[in-house]
Amino acid sequence: MRLIKTVVDWLGVRLPIDATIQETAGHQVPRDTASWFYVFGSAALVVFMLQIITGIMLAFIYVPSAGQAWNSLQVLNHNVTLGWFIRAMHGWGSDFMVAIVLIHMVQVFLFGAYKFPRELTWVVGILLLIVTLGMAFTGQVLRFDQDAYWGLGIGASIASRVPILGPPTVNLMLGGPIIAGATLSRFFALHVFIIPGLLISFVVVHLLMVLRLGINEWPMPGRVVRKATYIKDYHELTKRDGVPFVPGAVYKDLFFGAFIIIAIAACAIYFGPFGPSGAPDPTIIQTAPRPDYFFLWLYAVLSLLPPSMETPALLIGPVIVLAGLILLPFIFGEGEKSWRRRPIAVLTILLSAVALGTLTKLAQFAPWSPVMDAWSEIPVPSEFLQNRTALERQGALVFKLKQCHNCHSLDDQGGKRGPALDAVAVRLTPDQLIRQVIQGGGNMPAYGKNLSPAETTALVAFLETLHPAGQLPARDASRTLALDPQDGTAPASKP
Amino acid sequence: MTLPEGLSRRTLLVKLGIAFNAAIAAVLAVPIVRYLMSPVIHERKGGYDAWVSLGNLEQFPPGQTRFATYRNPVVNPWDGTTGDIACWVRNVDGKSFQVFAINCAHLGCPVRWFPQSSLFLCPCHGGAYYQDGSRASGPPERGLFEYGYKLESGRLFIKAEEMPTPGSACKSKNSDIVREIKPCA
Repeated sequence: MRLIKTVVDWLGVRLPIDATIQETAGHQVPRDTASWFYVFGSAALVVFMLQIITGIMLAFIYVPSAGQAWNSLQVLNHNVTLGWFIRAMHGWGSDFMVAIVLIHMVQVFLFGAYKFPRELTWVVGILLLIVTLGMAFTGQVLRFDQDAYWGLGIGASIASRVPILGPPTVNLMLGGPIIAGATLSRFFALHVFIIPGLLISFVVVHLLMVLRLGINEWPMPGRVVRKATYIKDYHELTKRDGVPFVPGAVYKDLFFGAFIIIAIAACAIYFGPFGPSGAPDPTIIQTAPRPDYFFLWLYAVLSLLPPSMETPALLIGPVIVLAGLILLPFIFGEGEKSWRRRPIAVLTILLSAVALGTLTKLAQFAPWSPVMDAWSEIPVPSEFLQNRTALERQGALVFKLKQCHNCHSLDDQGGKRGPALDAVAVRLTPDQLIRQVIQGGGNMPAYGKNLSPAETTALVAFLETLHPAGQLPARDASRTLALDPQDGTAPASKP
Repeated sequence: MTLPEGLSRRTLLVKLGIAFNAAIAAVLAVPIVRYLMSPVIHERKGGYDAWVSLGNLEQFPPGQTRFATYRNPVVNPWDGTTGDIACWVRNVDGKSFQVFAINCAHLGCPVRWFPQSSLFLCPCHGGAYYQDGSRASGPPERGLFEYGYKLESGRLFIKAEEMPTPGSACKSKNSDIVREIKPCA
């Protein structure tokens, strides 16, 4: 015991920060904030520290060279003792970090913590969100597999659409005219030096502001924020009903942080590391690149927007969202904090969550992507072939051979890009089917040049059989009239 | 001589010191910015005017579209496989050719050629192009990107450019932007 005291005293003289630590640890926080709702900020910090540690460990083995990066990941996965585990921790840590940062942001928004005097804390928080997403994207690039290669191509294609500045931005981003060694090197510098540097400085500023301004008190309906009185009220509250941060509030942060680390480790052990998928060889084109989880919603947006809307939405959308997020505390810096009195705030969160969730879910199925091997790999279900004429079966062959199955499904098998054809005969008459096949339209290529008349006849004969058992195929009523005018002129004579 | 109020010899020296550092920073900024912008400032253009061979003409029979690869003219030893670029070569009629970039004009994913239906299909968002590279359907706003080519001593050469992106000034016959897609009939 005496030895410890001697060491502490020795240090205290030479490293006089014990007072600062005591002051920080013991500062009073409102009693209500010692809550399980207030643990997400510290949890994000804990995951960030995990990312730093696992990231440095990966750097022991990883080779940031376009020719070797992918191989070094294979070595990490298979040859280095527990290399797979460190990779998996880093990968899952990244997903958890984005998720926790988003949850923290929603909590801060719903609890009105961005209001006076914490506007700047919120703005720095937005910067932290941006650099966190930046880490997620650049990290995905460092995996340097097929998905990373084509993902960079997608990023470059988006960046190139900026008027005037687009093409030079692409060259700057890729470090040259194509995706190659220079590209990986600069993304390595971004992921390992530049963005972490920004992240650490923003975290320091963010924390400093939280310490100086105090943790946001639990919002009460009717307790309105006014710039003139808020700081005085807050200090009175912490004096009247406060607890020291250590140990009053910190134990919940500690438990939650530990729980998150266990959850990341569990995911890492159970699901393993992410990829790498195929080698980054651009001459291997049998690939369907997919973005990582937190960019899936963007993948969906890019597929579902009408082409004419895409570039404006890509270039203006982020600016509006960012401007909105940054301006939020300056426009709504006073007033009610409680979510019970802020229905629009609650609706905004619900709407964003539903929209992002739906888009993410949709992107996991990607119905807009053709199934590139459906024509050769998936059979036509037998019920569509039984009791059919030779011509109709010939049509089924044309359906396969011309890759129709890549975009159109039968019995839920095949592409979902175009409408399912299980009951197409009910929707379109034979003439309309011929027109649609030959001329295309409605987002379908025209097959006129690539189908012989015999093939078209067979294909349409097959399509005409595609209707439910009890339902007749569509027919053009005027056609019967035209072919048999006698019938049409005297319908009453028919019984 | 009287100094202005508040400007002692020492504060003057501090200000001079700051100014001195600022001047040095400004001078140093020139090479630093030039270094950072080197991918944009095409100082060392070497190679990008080069004609790259795609091989003998026999590999590209008339009326067919074939897969071809080439080594990017500007490579570093550590580029690995990323220096290999793929493209599609269409021999239109034995005399004229079309060489399409592998990158979809939407977001750059690799398009695949289906000879049976004479279509290029993109696996990402379902862009489709006809055999002449013109847009057939899907999100692309234009046709496939084309490389310039020449025939010399029985070989097909292309002018390998940078990776084509929707914003870059790559040549295409079908650069008309499709304003909208009609709803399904």
